[in-house]
Amino acid sequence: MRFGPDPDEALHSRSMNRTASTERSFEIVANGEPRQVAPGTTITAFLAAHDLDPDLVVVERNGAILRRADLDATALEPGDALEIVHFVGGG
Amino acid sequence: MSALELGGRAFGSRLIIGTGKYDSPRTMADALEASGAEIITVAVRRVDLDATKEESLLHWLDPARVLVLPNTAGCYTAEEAVRVARLGRAAGLSDFVKLEVIGDEKTLYPDVVELIEATRTLVAEGFVVLPYTSDDPVVARRLEDAGAAAVMPLASPIGSGLGLVDPLGIQFIREAISVPVIVDAGVGTASDAAATMELGVDGILMNTAIAKAQDPVRMAKAMRLAVQAGRLAFEAGRMEPRAYATPSSPVAGRVGG
Repeated sequence: MRFGPDPDEALHSRSMNRTASTERSFEIVANGEPRQVAPGTTITAFLAAHDLDPDLVVVERNGAILRRADLDATALEPGDALEIVHFVGGG
Repeated sequence: MSALELGGRAFGSRLIIGTGKYDSPRTMADALEASGAEIITVAVRRVDLDATKEESLLHWLDPARVLVLPNTAGCYTAEEAVRVARLGRAAGLSDFVKLEVIGDEKTLYPDVVELIEATRTLVAEGFVVLPYTSDDPVVARRLEDAGAAAVMPLASPIGSGLGLVDPLGIQFIREAISVPVIVDAGVGTASDAAATMELGVDGILMNTAIAKAQDPVRMAKAMRLAVQAGRLAFEAGRMEPRAYATPSSPVAGRVGG
């Protein structure tokens, strides 16, 4: 039984069909760098694709901080700017 | 030793330590243990999206045992600092923030105008704001008026290890405000920490003095003892110094007298 979308599915199912993926993918900016993502990619899926634990990062989308509970339901849109941060050593 | 009260919470340790500049997270965790610190600072940074899975700093810290205090290090405006403070709070560990707004790259002195503005904004949003500031009592009073939960003047430049260069400024701050004073930055070794605590400040925040000691874990223990010793000496109240000697043993009843 599955309760929500498989985080990896959106990315993987589309990458099966490379032509469709290239045609339909769009650009976002994540931590200052351009990234191509497939339509329908949620924040959760984007984090999973980059091996990031959603409980250990904070995501800001277009200047607004996303609540962890909303990461699953938030799909990326063309031109989105993400800041994905975590805690590192500091004084 | 009395407790340190900050933002409605009581802490048994008056030593706050940073997590930066350690050679390994294991050493950092061991130093934290040896220091007895109950508050530990961390920085908020972008994750590296191209790196293979990195180990999180939080794997080495137990938020149930220590208060994880996000800082706004590297911010040069109130706007940037407020943004980073919000990101740090969104991690969900606490409403505390170590507020840093840097005004000068070389000295890492704070931009106190931006600092006061950011303090006001964050206090209005419910943060417990602990601002890193200069050793200026007028600024300290402004920060207290803006709602800071403590004021954190530097002893000397961040990472310098020069110790307490302006004890008078720290004393003036102690007298000027009623919120806790935590000396933040500049301590080099244990005697600096003890001497600073003897001024009657409420705590010390340090990072480099421990992380860059030859043996960080041993220095962490030294700092724990120095902060305790300095505080106890302050609470005990030192004797009046005097120029000439007074014998410690009775003058009367000397043998052969």
